[in-house]
Amino acid sequence: MTNGHTDGSPFAPHTDEETAEMLDILGVEQEADLFDIPGDVAFDGKLGIDSRTEQEIRTELSRLFGRNDELVEFMGRGHYAHYVPSIVNHLSLRAEFLTSYTQYQPEITQGFLQVLFEYQSMLVELTGLPIANCSMYDAATSLAEASLLANRVRSTSGDTVLVPEQLRSGKRSVLENYVAGVDMQIETYAMDDGNASIEDIQSVVGDETVAIYAENPTLRGTIEESLSEIGAIAHENDALFILGSDLVALSLLQEPKSVGADVVVGEAGVLGLGSSYGMGLGIFATKEEFLRQVPGRLVGVSEDADDRRAYTLTLQTREQHIRKERATSNICTNQAWVALRTAIHTAWLGPDGLVSLAEDSVTNAASLASDIDEISGYRAPVHDRHHFREFVVRTDQPATAIASDLEAEGFAVHVVGEHELQVCITDVNVHAADELVAAFLEVRQ
Amino acid sequence: MIYEQARYTEGEDKHEPLLSEKDDTTINVGGDDSPLPDSLTRDELSLPALSEPEIARHYTRLSQMNWSIESGPYPLGSCTMKYNPKFTEDIAADPSAAIHPDRRAETAQGNLGMLYGLQEFLGTIGGMDAVTLQPPAGAAGEFTGILVAKAYHEAHGNDKSEVIIPASAHGTNFATAAMAGYEVVELPSAEDGRVDVDALEAAVSEDTAALMLTNPNTVGLFERDIVEIAEMVHDVGGLLYYDGANLNALLGRGRPGDMGFDIMHYNVHKTFATPHGGGGPGAGPVGVVEKLAPYLPSPQVEQTDNGFELFEPEQSIGKVHGFSGNWLVLIKAYAYIARLGDEGLLDASAKAVLNANYLASQIDLEVPYGPFHHEFAATAGDRDAADLAKRMLDFGVHPPTTKWPEMVPEAMLTEPTEIENQASLDDLAEAFNIAFGDSEDAIQQAPSRTTAKRIDQASAARNPRLSWHRLK
Repeated sequence: MTNGHTDGSPFAPHTDEETAEMLDILGVEQEADLFDIPGDVAFDGKLGIDSRTEQEIRTELSRLFGRNDELVEFMGRGHYAHYVPSIVNHLSLRAEFLTSYTQYQPEITQGFLQVLFEYQSMLVELTGLPIANCSMYDAATSLAEASLLANRVRSTSGDTVLVPEQLRSGKRSVLENYVAGVDMQIETYAMDDGNASIEDIQSVVGDETVAIYAENPTLRGTIEESLSEIGAIAHENDALFILGSDLVALSLLQEPKSVGADVVVGEAGVLGLGSSYGMGLGIFATKEEFLRQVPGRLVGVSEDADDRRAYTLTLQTREQHIRKERATSNICTNQAWVALRTAIHTAWLGPDGLVSLAEDSVTNAASLASDIDEISGYRAPVHDRHHFREFVVRTDQPATAIASDLEAEGFAVHVVGEHELQVCITDVNVHAADELVAAFLEVRQ
Repeated sequence: MIYEQARYTEGEDKHEPLLSEKDDTTINVGGDDSPLPDSLTRDELSLPALSEPEIARHYTRLSQMNWSIESGPYPLGSCTMKYNPKFTEDIAADPSAAIHPDRRAETAQGNLGMLYGLQEFLGTIGGMDAVTLQPPAGAAGEFTGILVAKAYHEAHGNDKSEVIIPASAHGTNFATAAMAGYEVVELPSAEDGRVDVDALEAAVSEDTAALMLTNPNTVGLFERDIVEIAEMVHDVGGLLYYDGANLNALLGRGRPGDMGFDIMHYNVHKTFATPHGGGGPGAGPVGVVEKLAPYLPSPQVEQTDNGFELFEPEQSIGKVHGFSGNWLVLIKAYAYIARLGDEGLLDASAKAVLNANYLASQIDLEVPYGPFHHEFAATAGDRDAADLAKRMLDFGVHPPTTKWPEMVPEAMLTEPTEIENQASLDDLAEAFNIAFGDSEDAIQQAPSRTTAKRIDQASAARNPRLSWHRLK
């Protein structure tokens, strides 16, 4: 075994002598003799993958990733980059965290269990709901699982979940895939100047509705003003109110509990992950009465034999490894390590830092929209609402042409309509806001 | 080896205090300085307000009260707890790759190139014609695969309602089939521990949408009748699904695609050494044979004269993750596979199987089923497997998976993987043997050298305390 190129796996530590001794103890001549694979399905090992050294692979991938264009991104729509402090990497990369697994033996994994318990507690604080699980994959799968929960607890009354017409197509697609297995229906309600149309919700809600889903902020960055009404409509119709948000927005905007939310879903990876090509951490929080219907893992408190507080995975009879086809979900491996990163980032910000970050998301969006609005040929924000991080810009010229020209100037934004762009500002791109405005001016002709 | 785990203790009743016990600051939100009217904000927020040194110390202490692969052997059966090579973390941290998922393909050629390369690696390793990298975990991969099967059957007018699953399969298989709307038909095992071909013959019918199989199975046995099994399922128009949890045993030596499997998922956090992260994230890419490729999730990456492009398969099932799955994990899997190459992959399966067989030969517990490959299910006999596991914790090893699969009484499902050398396997064997030979009294006192002593699971479930708010 060498640290460079090797004939075998550099991560299998056996010396030739010890391999020989182990084979000898087993009474076989070579490892191949231990395999029981019939000849007609055996493979000759020639996959055609050349082994490379660590250094070669680092060079290869560094060059490959260098083929991504260097653009300053002003993009959001469900995936947001906030500055991740160095402490998050340093602590989360401690091997004791990174290279452990699900806490099947709680006595020896108290550290990670406490991390997850603290993460759950932060979500309880931010949502006002008493139960939060220790992670789902992402916002889309959280919404899908919440809809399934609603279907289980309201199965006598119907099978339809109402969602906003402005829903990321990918999120909608995930939802469709999850609810198809239980024959649930998805209906949409219209938006009114960016926010949910209460009138339209009233007209589409009915006996068959098991849940109404709303997002705050919305996909187009507006802040909802009628959440309590949506909650009330849901409850009048014996349906659940599922609210989608993110961890930063939750620290400032109306507390989900106060507007009658029954389940809170959304993205927690906005803290701790940074831009990661869509990787996420799904929030799942709910009320006590739905505790036994919650998908995923829950960490609870117990006592050990010395009567000291101890943490453990609990209420596992909901889960697939016990309940099999009657489990609340098939989820097993989750996003625990991301939850660790999110918790460290949240702790590092503290309540003041977190709320400041959220307030900046409002003021920076307003200020950038205003600067773009001053340039003739653009109107921003399109919606007469408060905004969080992002807003839509109306362009006189075709939006794709503007976006393409902005790209040539080194900026990436979303095209969301023939004459609509969407712009997202956070602490990672705010330094380039003036340059973006200058570029908007530059590309107008 | 004797193990004494770190134990920070405060007072009589707890260890390292919670963040909220170190500080709990309530601030008002909204008000005159707020950019939003009070009607749109919350009133207050209570969270710990701690300095960076305090936070660093808190999490460092917690890490010290946690077992990991780098602490010592972690032979959880079916979990494939391999060493996670450090360099893969550095590659995943490349800022050039940290881009938004909605970037136009032309401006994201680097990321698309990596995804394409990994699709190719995995397709070759599994003998599959097309691969999606979108599923964020093994169970999500199963769900994706079964949705693909369902879409295929619906497109062909096949009226199928059942998925057949061996009784010894992973719990996720059953839950997945149910989530996709199928009835589960549970297949008993034969006396030799493998699929009972006669029982399968009786179970398959025109209603069979798929058979989900792990190979080697959950006690490490290769399904020698796999070609016959595949024929039986295919004869009734069903599809054969491969659960990739045990793929480590087959690397370079057998490919599911060559055995007649139509769909498979890969657990890259198992087979391809990406970190398990305390429970995740993993990634569960899915490979399929050519006739199922049109149903894969959208988008897929292809290579054209213009570089790497995204496309939507013709009859795509849509999406199973909001974006492109667990990107950071996929990078690490690519780097690991490239590091090992053909010889390394072959050596990984060779040493994984050697280690399992050697360890089994050194323990006093009986292993009822064989010949096994990368894992074995020992039986604790008239002892309680979960109790023995608690005693093993005192000896610098993590115990195996216990009481599963149920076909082995008091099972201890053990998978040492290729990363242990003879000396650490001997340590593991010693821990097994001490626990197995210990008095019932000693077992009940265990563990004594871990941060927490034996934990009362029933109390946690009886009186759920799931946040620090419940401890105030």
